[in-house]
Amino acid sequence: MSDQNYNFAYLDEQTKRMIRRAILKGLAIPGYQVPFASREMPMPYGWGTGGVQVSAATLTPDDTFKVIDQGADDTTNAVSIRKFFERTANVATTEETAKADVIQTRHRIPEAELREDQILVYQVPIPEPLRFLEPRETETRKMHALEEYGLMHVKLYEDISQHGAIATSYAYPVKVEGRYVMDPSPIPKFDNPKMDMPAIQLFGAGREQRIYAVPPYTKIVSLDFEDYPFEATKAEHACDLCGSTHSYLDEVILDDQGNRMFVCSDTDYCRSRRAAGHVGRLGTENELEASA
Amino acid sequence: MQAETSQFSGGFAAPAIDAAHAFRAAMNAMARPGKVFDIHGATPPSVISPAAGTLVLTLCDPETKVFLASDVDTPSLRAWITFHTGAPIVSPDEADFALGGWQALLPLEQYRIGTPEYPDRSATLIVDQPEFDTPNASLSGPGIKDHIAMGLPDVAQLQRNTVLFPLGLDLFFTAGSQIKALPRSSHISEKA
Repeated sequence: MSDQNYNFAYLDEQTKRMIRRAILKGLAIPGYQVPFASREMPMPYGWGTGGVQVSAATLTPDDTFKVIDQGADDTTNAVSIRKFFERTANVATTEETAKADVIQTRHRIPEAELREDQILVYQVPIPEPLRFLEPRETETRKMHALEEYGLMHVKLYEDISQHGAIATSYAYPVKVEGRYVMDPSPIPKFDNPKMDMPAIQLFGAGREQRIYAVPPYTKIVSLDFEDYPFEATKAEHACDLCGSTHSYLDEVILDDQGNRMFVCSDTDYCRSRRAAGHVGRLGTENELEASA
Repeated sequence: MQAETSQFSGGFAAPAIDAAHAFRAAMNAMARPGKVFDIHGATPPSVISPAAGTLVLTLCDPETKVFLASDVDTPSLRAWITFHTGAPIVSPDEADFALGGWQALLPLEQYRIGTPEYPDRSATLIVDQPEFDTPNASLSGPGIKDHIAMGLPDVAQLQRNTVLFPLGLDLFFTAGSQIKALPRSSHISEKA
C-alpha cells in the first residue's frame, strides 16, 4: 500500500511535468545537458537525488522497479531508494534485471543485456565532462556550443605521457552521435561499450541540476587515439563465486595476509549464474540452498 | 450545454496516474522516432484529437507558453486548455508548444529553434492529423535501429529542420489516440 500522504511518486505534478519536458529535450538532443529546476529530496545530495527525480517522473504504477548501487541490489543506497518508491509510488520491485521495467543505477550498467522496453536511469554526480578541466560554466557551455573538445583530448594525452596509457578508468568521456561529449557518470570504462543498447538511458544530476539522455541504438564512441585505442578493462580474474570471466569484478580483501577474492559487482548476475550451477574458486555447490 | 463541449470536463480522471502513462507514451515516441504509440486519458474539445489533448495535459502548465494555430484556435479549446493547464496562449515566436494542423502551423521559421548555448530553448510542435501520412520518408539516427519508414507531411521542410541540429524543432504527430514523434536528431531521406 502506498503512503497516501504523498502524491504518486512523491513529487507534485508540476515538478514532474517540468522534469518530463527536460527528459524529452534530452532525448531529442542526445548528450546535451538540459538544465532543470532540481528539487530538494528527502535524502542528501550525492545519494542519487537526480536519479530519484528522473525515476519519479518516469515511473507508472504498472512498472517493476530495480535499484543497483555499484551493481549491488543490497547496499544502503539501493535499499533505501527501492523502499522510497515502494512507499510513495506503490510499484513492484525486483532484484532481477530481466524482470525490471525501470532500473535506477549508481555507477554500473547491469551485465545482462537490456531490452527495448526497459529504461535505465543513472545517478550522476558531476554531469559536465569538462568541469575538472574548466571550472567556469559559461566557458564549458561555450565549448559545447562550438564543439570545442580539444581540451578533453589533451587530458587523455597527458594520461599517456604520464602513465604510458590512458589511465582514466571510470567516467570515461564519450562522444554521442558525433556531436556532444558526455560524461557517462562514474561507470567503469568496462561498461562504456554497453551504452549502445536497445533501452532508453536517462541521466539525472540533482545537485548540478542537469538531465541528459541517450535514446536506444545511439552511436556512443569512447574518446581515444589511433595509436592508443580505447580498451574496456577489468580485473584479470574470474569471479571467485560464480566463475564468470566476462563480468566486471570487485576486489575484496579477506585478511591481513594479502589474501583477496574477486567477485562480480553485479549481484543479480552472480546469483543467477550460481543458481544455474556455476561455481567459482571459492564458491560451494549448495550455498544457495543453505542460505534459503 | 453538452458535457462534451464543457471546458470543465475531459480532464484526467486520475491526474498523477494518467499523466504518468501518457508521458511514458510520449517519451517512448520521442526516443524511437517514427514508431507509433497509444496515448489516452483526456477528452478535449473535438477540434483536436484525444491524443493531442492528452499530450497537452501531460506537458503544459502555467510555465509553458502555448500557440494555437488558426485551425484549432477556438474559444472552446482556449477555455479548455486554460482551465486544465493554466498555460498562457501566445504568439508563435514565444511558444514552447505549438498545436494545430500541419498547414496551419506553417511557416516553421516562426518558431524558436534554441541558441547554440541552449538548444533546449526551442519549440515543440504538436501536429494534429485526421490520420497519419502514408510512409514517404526513411529515418535513421538516434533511437532507430538501422532505418524506419515514416509518413511526413513535407519531407523537404523537415529535412531543413534536421540540418539545424543541435538546434531545431521537435515534432509530435497525433491522430486519434495515437502518437509518434520526429526529433531534430533524425536524418530524413526521401523514400524511393
